Amino acid sequence: MDTSTLFDFSPLVQDFDKIIAGFWATIRLTVMSAVLALVLGTVLAAMRVAPTPVLRWAGAAYVNVVRNTPLTLVLILCALGLSDAMQLTFSDEPSTNYYWWAVTGLSAYTAAFVCEALRSGINTVSVGQAEAARAIGLTFTQSLRLVVLPQAFRTVISPLGSILIALTKNTTIVIVGSYIEAAAQMKQMFDDYGGTIPIFLGFAFGYMVLTLPTGFFFGWLAKRMAVAR
Amino acid sequence: MQIRRIGVALIAAGAMVAGLAACGGGGPTSVLQKAKDEKKLVIGVKYDQPGMGLKKPDGTVEGFDVDVAKYIAGKLGVPESGIEFKEARSANRESFLKQGQVDLVIATYSITDARKPQVTFAGPYYLAHQDSLIRTDDTSITSLETLKGKKVCQVSGSNSWKNIAEGTNKMNQKVDVTLVPAGGYDECIQKLKTNAVDVVTTDDTILAGFAKREGNSVKVAGAPFTDEKYGIGIKKGDIESCNEINKIVAQMWSDGTAAKLLDKHFAGTGLKVETTAPQPAGCS
Repeated sequence: MDTSTLFDFSPLVQDFDKIIAGFWATIRLTVMSAVLALVLGTVLAAMRVAPTPVLRWAGAAYVNVVRNTPLTLVLILCALGLSDAMQLTFSDEPSTNYYWWAVTGLSAYTAAFVCEALRSGINTVSVGQAEAARAIGLTFTQSLRLVVLPQAFRTVISPLGSILIALTKNTTIVIVGSYIEAAAQMKQMFDDYGGTIPIFLGFAFGYMVLTLPTGFFFGWLAKRMAVAR
Repeated sequence: MQIRRIGVALIAAGAMVAGLAACGGGGPTSVLQKAKDEKKLVIGVKYDQPGMGLKKPDGTVEGFDVDVAKYIAGKLGVPESGIEFKEARSANRESFLKQGQVDLVIATYSITDARKPQVTFAGPYYLAHQDSLIRTDDTSITSLETLKGKKVCQVSGSNSWKNIAEGTNKMNQKVDVTLVPAGGYDECIQKLKTNAVDVVTTDDTILAGFAKREGNSVKVAGAPFTDEKYGIGIKKGDIESCNEINKIVAQMWSDGTAAKLLDKHFAGTGLKVETTAPQPAGCS
């Protein structure tokens, strides 16, 4: 067999600028979706522990529907359904429009997981804390914001880190939502140079550069912020 | 302990290299020889292109490429039952041939200078052109220049958009278009029908197949801007088989089979089919 193309890493050098552009798109998708998912997930978690049954019911319904729908379908619904067929567009410029639709899909999906992680964190805060908060006259929102959530967040830093890593890798399918990131760039290079192992290895390495430090950082942060009980 | 572990790793690595090397060896040396001796051929075709190569729910494949494959195999002495079709995607055509997983690739495989060092091409057996698929009611697109400012679908893992946006076409003309990425041609056609893109571009043969499937909501613009010489991919260096297949291709055009097959697959699609045999490119 011809081994010269099997170990030819030159496509990675030749298309270096395109690869960097691809990963830059991955980072922009991940960061924006992570921020929005954290906000939406926190709201959902608050709904799921709220004293109002309607809020609890709505929160549970959202989580169960979105968490059990494949992300590919969520993204196709956003791009082909809402954006193309129903003409709900963020912008006339396709790259801006589909970026925001991809972010919408990713954060809506990830928020369900953030919500569940956070809810498990809330369950670790002892009931006495919430009761004491109510006893000194704090409202539900105040006790959640000032007493329960700060402690809950500190216990779920590790799982949130795992969710962020999963989100980073989930961006690889946003091509179905009409947005180009690193994985779509890789597919393009397969067509330009033929499907070769070096291109694949280069992109796998690129994802590790993004996700490994994320994992280490969240591990360190979890240890540092751990609640002593 | 450490040494033993390294030893095991070395043996494993050695076995892997040996395995890779074994992929290339063995078996008959030429396609011609294999067809004569075993009466069997493995042929790579597309599975997702209506009109050219499409796998149907019942497991059979149909299309112009498939019929060309059957004709060539028949002339090489292989009965239809001796042909095994395999899906050849654009990204794995070269490696399939190199590793001997297929004997021939007949899968809208354009003869290009970039591919010549890796593959021996027989043919071309058809001269296709890159064209645009547009909405039937769209009268604004009549030539390459009129694509200016239009939204063009950029299919993931395909280079067709470059011929417009980067000027690698017959007219050497760079046209300023807005690219809209999509995962595949089916998504592109969905976007075309909902006005999210104005143009889906690739070879006219493939577009004609889609136009036929979609009924009269989309049409081929009929404004070609490249020449795509469809070749028959053979393992690099198998010149003997290449020359023989070239003779069969010439025969396919002279006995009227090519015209008949084109009519069978593309009648009524608006595709302007080529009626004469393409100039042979020679084997190398």
